[in-house]
Amino acid sequence: MISAATLSDLSVLELAEPRPRGFVRRDVAPARPAPEPAPGPSPLLQIRGVTLEYRTPQRVVRATHRIDLDIHAADRFVLLGPSGCGKSTLLKAAAGFITPVEGSITLAGAPVRAPGPDRIVVFQEFDQLPPWKTVAQNVAFPLRAAKALGRREAQERARHYIDKVGLTPFADSYPHQLSGGMKQRVAIARALAMQPRVLMMDEPFAALDALTRRRMQEELLALWDEARFTLLFVTHSIEEALVVGNRVALLSPHPGRVRAEFNSHAFDLSSIGSEAFQAAVQRLHARLFDTDAPAEAAR
Amino acid sequence: MSFSATRPGLVPPIRPEYDRVLTPFVEAPVEHALPLGARLWQQDWLRKGLIIAALALLWEALARWQDNDLLLPGFLATMSALVDGLVNGELLDRVRISLTVLLQGYVAGIVLAFGLTTLAVSTQVGRDLLSTLTAMFNPLPAIALLPLALLWFGLGSGSLIFVLIHSVLWPMALNTYAGFQGVPETLRMAGRNYGLRGPSYVLRILIPAALPAILSGLKIGWAFAWRTLIAAELVFGAASGRGGLGWYIFQNRNELYTDRVFAGLVLVIVIGLVVENLVFAAFERLTVRRWGMAR
Repeated sequence: MISAATLSDLSVLELAEPRPRGFVRRDVAPARPAPEPAPGPSPLLQIRGVTLEYRTPQRVVRATHRIDLDIHAADRFVLLGPSGCGKSTLLKAAAGFITPVEGSITLAGAPVRAPGPDRIVVFQEFDQLPPWKTVAQNVAFPLRAAKALGRREAQERARHYIDKVGLTPFADSYPHQLSGGMKQRVAIARALAMQPRVLMMDEPFAALDALTRRRMQEELLALWDEARFTLLFVTHSIEEALVVGNRVALLSPHPGRVRAEFNSHAFDLSSIGSEAFQAAVQRLHARLFDTDAPAEAAR
Repeated sequence: MSFSATRPGLVPPIRPEYDRVLTPFVEAPVEHALPLGARLWQQDWLRKGLIIAALALLWEALARWQDNDLLLPGFLATMSALVDGLVNGELLDRVRISLTVLLQGYVAGIVLAFGLTTLAVSTQVGRDLLSTLTAMFNPLPAIALLPLALLWFGLGSGSLIFVLIHSVLWPMALNTYAGFQGVPETLRMAGRNYGLRGPSYVLRILIPAALPAILSGLKIGWAFAWRTLIAAELVFGAASGRGGLGWYIFQNRNELYTDRVFAGLVLVIVIGLVVENLVFAAFERLTVRRWGMAR
């Protein structure tokens, strides 16, 4: 097990390298003993020592091991890691679908126990939209199901967010009549319409083609700029992590442990070609793949 | 093949680039309507109607060739008997009696099937109960239970409803259960994410998502119920002096009115076709087809 101290050492080492302009650490003082006392405002979503396991018919597999993460309000927090690092499992635990075997997940101080409409998840799969509801009904459905709004208000708000994602001409279409990108837009509109405490996205653009993915990232950032929601975003793409996130947590696989946290608020889609961006990509790439000698030896 | 052979050192030629401005395309229409014949052939009712007309023609030809009204009355003779029966109201009355009993048994069977399935999706014991009961009773013909039902419930609609429930419940429960099992995990999670649980979760997520399978269960159940009812009426017939369609067929066979027997059979078929092609088809068009869950 890597202790919290070692983890912060890693990130300090990381940042001792020449770093791009605007690439600054959030907590300036190297927090030596433990990440417990967070300076400044307290985090919205707190993940403390969370171990997650899943069951196969033969064995119990440890997906993540004692994860500590703080997500603050209006963060675009990215969980980045190779497959098998438990990032999706961690997101599902934060959403309340999986109960941790140890540790705690709290949202604004209250422990997360079950899935709920204050943490709407956008899944990767296109079948997350009930096919028996039109686009407008789909966006209004959680509002009605959670009894957040009356019928009229729900419809109004649904229309507003459908307009936000540019799907007004398709408001009365059924999901099967939409393309993959449009379905994900509906899922995002549905999530935003709920105005959740935390918006969770589990590789939402992974099943899209490259051009659509780029446009969706752009739109997501524009929506964030406007609404400043709190986002927890899972991806396995380094570029996507840097573009979408303002802070990236790097997870190592088998079992998932937090390897490092980086800031990436300086990057957006326009900085993809820049030297600083390439340097950041290289650094994350190195962390993800080869440099971790002990882990490599252990495998 | 010489094409696939590798040729080291071969470099494709460098061709000039070009960039042209396309004018709007007007040379030919981009889309045009299908010819009338093709459009007509797309109509379900037309194709099915032609099949039925061909069958009727075949029947009439066979009857004329046989030339024995007692054994095989023709299509036209049957139709006139049918029209007679409908006009003097006797057949309509029989149909009403049959359908009343049928609907009672059908609805009771569906309700029980939903109860059993809900139990099966929520608990392990319920699952075992469902699979054991269906394995035991599904292969048992409903008619085989009729003597027992007569013993328990007497001569009357009670026994009929009992065998109807038996014939609807098991296939319906099996289909509904399979449908619930087939609901994608993402959709389930999305539903729970909205805060749905318990009955509202079943009603607003599981049932619509499993509707294609539930519908096929409803259809199978309907067919089973219909054939069980007619068979049961043939066996013991009249409930309190007023028999249904099966009894009508049985009576007329005894009196050798073979054309009326055929009229009764045709009516059974017609009701089946109407329910299948109007009621179920309309329901499908409004739900699963519209939602893109079935072709």
